Amino acid sequence: MSQRDEILGRIRSAIAPNGNDTERRKNLRTHLTSNGVIPKLPKSRAGIQTRFKERAIVADATVEFSKPEAVAKNISKYLRDHNLPAIIKTGDDQRLRKLLKGSDKLLEISRGISDGNDLVGVSHAMGGVAETGTLFMTSGKANPTTLNFLPETHIVVVNENDVEANYEDLLKKLRRKFGVGKMPRVLNMITGPSRSADIEQTLILGAHGPLRLHIIIVRN
Amino acid sequence: MVEITSPAFKANARSAMADEQLQKAMGHVRHNFIDKRATAAAGLDEFEDLRDSAVAIKNHVLEYLDLYLEKYEEKVIESGGHVHWAATAADARGQILDICRKAGAKTVTKGKSMISEEIALNDSLAANGIEPVETDLGEYIIQLRGEHPSHIIAPAVHVTMDQVREDFLKHHTHLPPDRPLDEPEQLLREARAILREKFLSADVGVTGANFLVAESGTSVIVTNEGNGDLTQTLPRIHIVIASIEKIVPTLEDMSQIVRVLARSATGQDMSVYTTLSTGPRREGDPDGPDEYHVVLLDNGRSSMIGTEFQDMLRCIRCGACMNHCPVYHAIGGHAYGWVYPGPMGAVLSPSLIGVDKAGHLPNASTFCGRCESVCPMHIPLPKMMRHWREREFEKHLSPATQRGSIRGWAWVAKRPLLYRTIASLSARFLWLLGGFNRRIKSLPLASGWTRHRDMPAPEGSTFMSQWREHQASLKGDL
Ligand code: SF4
Repeated sequence: MSQRDEILGRIRSAIAPNGNDTERRKNLRTHLTSNGVIPKLPKSRAGIQTRFKERAIVADATVEFSKPEAVAKNISKYLRDHNLPAIIKTGDDQRLRKLLKGSDKLLEISRGISDGNDLVGVSHAMGGVAETGTLFMTSGKANPTTLNFLPETHIVVVNENDVEANYEDLLKKLRRKFGVGKMPRVLNMITGPSRSADIEQTLILGAHGPLRLHIIIVRN
Repeated sequence: MVEITSPAFKANARSAMADEQLQKAMGHVRHNFIDKRATAAAGLDEFEDLRDSAVAIKNHVLEYLDLYLEKYEEKVIESGGHVHWAATAADARGQILDICRKAGAKTVTKGKSMISEEIALNDSLAANGIEPVETDLGEYIIQLRGEHPSHIIAPAVHVTMDQVREDFLKHHTHLPPDRPLDEPEQLLREARAILREKFLSADVGVTGANFLVAESGTSVIVTNEGNGDLTQTLPRIHIVIASIEKIVPTLEDMSQIVRVLARSATGQDMSVYTTLSTGPRREGDPDGPDEYHVVLLDNGRSSMIGTEFQDMLRCIRCGACMNHCPVYHAIGGHAYGWVYPGPMGAVLSPSLIGVDKAGHLPNASTFCGRCESVCPMHIPLPKMMRHWREREFEKHLSPATQRGSIRGWAWVAKRPLLYRTIASLSARFLWLLGGFNRRIKSLPLASGWTRHRDMPAPEGSTFMSQWREHQASLKGDL
């Protein structure tokens, strides 16, 4: 007997020795039946965005609102304020391309994955969740996963319409985009910059991932 | 193999209490974790409802675990990944070794995984000429020290900063010996730089999983440092090692449990990185692993289903039970003698390695009930420890003196007059022993107890006689 059959057999004989699997299958939970308890949040767009900002700041991120045409300028200002060179690495994201178009004088932009030598990564999030100030980032050519982790400074752009109240709201959008039962290769839910408290429980920001996380919410 | 020293639990505990460094380090656990969890739980109105919801999800999963595992496997394969079923620790080690050998791997980076400790993966890789590199800061520190984790979410909680500095000076010999290393931050930066190189050159990355989502064949890791993500993104091969009870049906179910996980563990509302991985690199993907493997470990868990220990399979490894345990605070994690310490270890270890080896652990409890009250999954830990004690007793595994005295006590307790006489005699005897300051410094037959603390002397009469007097005085009042 294969180990698979051995393990499944042991489980089955313990929980449903005479069970009818076709009947049992009808009781399985699906995304339609498993919403559970959802924390209450403000209903209005503005309320949700304010909460998102608050929670992201609690998680040690910094947040600013920006008009679309000011995004490049705000990135370059952020970098200057942190004594960083105006050199950024981004993926192939079309929204970012549009927002950064014509900013050659402000920023030196290269595109692709990070090999660990980039100081600043700029990504576009799929959305943000107000509950905990969490960003949803999906993998792929538009926003390579390595940009989320290797550069010491991570700047994330998110559209105000994609800031939602709860995780479930974005999971719905995710299913609409990728299909039921399908997922991007990686979904990173990111809440603040990386940290460790492994030495005498002293919290230090900037462990293996970014030291700084700056979020730009784009107003339409 | 991780050497099992659980049978020597009493001796372990004694030396732990005499260990000054350990006692200093454990001071941090007592306050930090407890306050943070309390604040986080109080900060979310729905926290208690979410606990109930999380419990219901896991109970449901355990009722249909076979079907969910099949569904999960189907989805992993559909997304281009491979599933390996491992009945025992040795099976899992063999499967991982096979994958590494086929890839010609020389180094394997590792995210934090208790399952990898359970199957003693590092020793097996090293014995076969493959270098395992722990990348979580705490895990890295204890790997340098040749130790094992003493806490399931804070593996190096028993180590002081001075010790870390000494270890770094000893091992990082390529760096100038007079570099400044007096702040936790300097130590972290140094480890980060060294591990960066390892991440970029590793052939295989091994991570654990907090959840396996059946609806999409997704594995989920929840971390703060970002090391798990680098471990699984940079090498050519990603191996997930997870036990079978990590299954949740849907992404929404995962979200329910995630909401109580970090709050119970570190007191964060959400850990920094919750990463959902589904299969290997896809067409057009510029990064990510070429191969994605999941090793599904049973190792005794399926045999817990349908027993009085089934509830333990709800555990999400948050560590709250040990953070709130007075016994854990006093002796640290290593005294428990195997991978899982604290209350959850006292219940789980006998299931996984046998009550003959870990039978002492369920006795390491004051039955204060704090573990159960903070466990987000409402696992009745004290009750299950009592079950183990009963089993240990039934199996005649407890020492003859203990069995003899319990039997003797039972004989006396069934004879009320004799019981009362003996009880009042000993109450008076202890009252005399208490002397001037009402504390008993050493007690015949109970030196294990009085070695580390005084026992308050009793009042000189028994509860029964005081009760009688009290009742009589009430009558007098009428
Ligand atoms: S037993 Fe409960 S409190 Fe302890 S680690 Fe498991 S889930 Fe957390």
